[in-house]
Amino acid sequence: MSWTWLHKLSSPPHAYRITGRLAPWLGWPALALIVTGLYGGLVLAPADYQQGDGFRILYVHAPSAWMSMFIYATMATAAAIGLIWRIKLAHGVAAASAPLGAWFTFLALATGSIWGKPMWGTWWVWDARLTSELILLFLYFGLMALRASIEDRERADRATAVLAIVGIVNLPIIHYSVYWWNTLHQGATITRLGKPSITGDMLWPLLVMLAGFTFYYFAVLMTRLRAEILRRERDASWLKTELSA
Amino acid sequence: MHGLSVTAAAGDCVHVAGPNGSGKTTLLRVLAGLLTAEQGSVSWQGRPISADREAYGASLSYLGHMDGLKAEFTARENLAFEAGLRRRLAAGEIDQVLARVALTGSRDQPVRSLSAGQRRRLAMARVMLTGAPLWLLDEPFTNLDDAGVQCLSEEIAGHLDAGGAALIASHQSPKIPRHALRRLDLG
Amino acid sequence: MARTGTGAAFWLIFRRDLLLAFRHWDHVVQPVVFFAMVTTLFPLALSPELGELRQLAGGVLWVAALLAALLGLDFLFRSDHADGTLEQLLLSGQPLALMAIAKAAAHWTACGLPLVLVSPLLAIGLGVPTTALCTVMLSLALGTGILSALGAIGAGLTLGLRRGSMLLSLLVLPLAMPALIFGARAIDMSIHEDTARGPLLLLAAMLVLVVTLAPLAVAAALRISAE
Repeated sequence: MSWTWLHKLSSPPHAYRITGRLAPWLGWPALALIVTGLYGGLVLAPADYQQGDGFRILYVHAPSAWMSMFIYATMATAAAIGLIWRIKLAHGVAAASAPLGAWFTFLALATGSIWGKPMWGTWWVWDARLTSELILLFLYFGLMALRASIEDRERADRATAVLAIVGIVNLPIIHYSVYWWNTLHQGATITRLGKPSITGDMLWPLLVMLAGFTFYYFAVLMTRLRAEILRRERDASWLKTELSA
Repeated sequence: MHGLSVTAAAGDCVHVAGPNGSGKTTLLRVLAGLLTAEQGSVSWQGRPISADREAYGASLSYLGHMDGLKAEFTARENLAFEAGLRRRLAAGEIDQVLARVALTGSRDQPVRSLSAGQRRRLAMARVMLTGAPLWLLDEPFTNLDDAGVQCLSEEIAGHLDAGGAALIASHQSPKIPRHALRRLDLG
Repeated sequence: MARTGTGAAFWLIFRRDLLLAFRHWDHVVQPVVFFAMVTTLFPLALSPELGELRQLAGGVLWVAALLAALLGLDFLFRSDHADGTLEQLLLSGQPLALMAIAKAAAHWTACGLPLVLVSPLLAIGLGVPTTALCTVMLSLALGTGILSALGAIGAGLTLGLRRGSMLLSLLVLPLAMPALIFGARAIDMSIHEDTARGPLLLLAAMLVLVVTLAPLAVAAALRISAE
């Protein structure tokens, strides 16, 4: 099977034009979805009988946590593609995704902490999910630190790709270990982020927020990818003609 | 570097010439398979080296800028480990090759106590000991006195006589007895 | 001219690295001293009461061993990279993954094993009963093995970088957290007269997984760093 269409699609001039055109098509729906989701979650959805209005932060926390893992998986896949088939654009996707993933992870941690404060009385508790997210944040930091320390761009791309793949293989192991660790030490206080039982009219804002965040990620990815292409192809002739046109 | 093409057959010796910084080392590293060119490929005996890098590595011997010797080991130990990785050495082979590069006296001295020229000769001994058909030599004559240069040139000639091939990167023009060099200019 | 077999090559590299390690005694001794010092920090910082220390012993021993092992990882490829022997290894015709295992195994023998052998003394210092000492050694043996393999990946990726040592720790620590959880738990259970078979078996499983997969990553990392 000929992969030339993929190579052609991922050639920098093509990618530059396509990402430019796609970005608004992803950005505006993202905004619409997020606004709808927030309205649905913060205003329309009924208050949880146990947690009152405090649970509403779930509408930001859960999608953020989901995105943090989705982005890691996307990044690792892109990195693997870049490593195996030597497609520079794939490395660009990985490079652009890492900070985004880190921000979503941080958002998940912050909202998780805010959610837990009324329940636990403290800003932090070693809940299994939160601890798992924290370790994920460390993995993101490691990736970004490695990329920043290597000056040669090709070496940086390939080294972070190997690290991303190692990370994704380790992720299930880390998850399982942290959950197991958390079940061992059940103190008197219940330290789990209690998930409220979800009914239908509570669910749809969650899914809308999730879709909104996903569109947002791809929109920002397009923009960042464009910037990556500009950075990497700085001296290329096609760029000069493109920009002067 | 663009539009570069080089071929070598048995008995060929190519002199990669050019001033410092012209990419001689890069070219040799690409040919050795240590570096991958963005475009283009390297083939050995009709097959691309990317298919089986390890087998290709076994068919060549590379002498880079660094000597590739452990300072803590003696000359003998270095050769035993490095060549021994590639093939089983017969008894006395190491002593023989050390004699050919005039390092018999330093046989049991740690490499850190050898001079730069002696280390270069020892590195060359390693290349000779591997018995690989293709030699990629990056500035092999650095730090050598006239006797050393002559000795090495003779060894390279012997290798070519036996059907091997060599690519020598050097900013000076090497003189290999009995063989004419093809010149590849990178500057 | 017979080609050296991969088995023979493995032992050659193992012996070579072990010889090199013992010609640099400080590389072997330093992590052990670091291990002892870090362990000593805890009684000083917390309490001299053995009863209290016993509750934390598993964690303290593991964290100290982890940090000491990380310190020793720096030496794994650095000198070979600096004097050009690493690229010779890449070109030797032997499978790179196998040679990575050989180097990591030699590194464990020279750096990890001493930590394991010293651990009973430090464990006693933290109030661990003698019945648990066997588990301490086993747990740390498996753990330092896992760390040698994971650390080899990090060492390969950070070859030749400035401040590589700190970066290495940042990369390897999150990956080592699962081993830490089970390893410390094993010691804890043993101190409380429970059988530690569960966590120890899990550690062993992790070791097998890591030893199988890590060499591929290490080989890839070395090729990337040698460019």
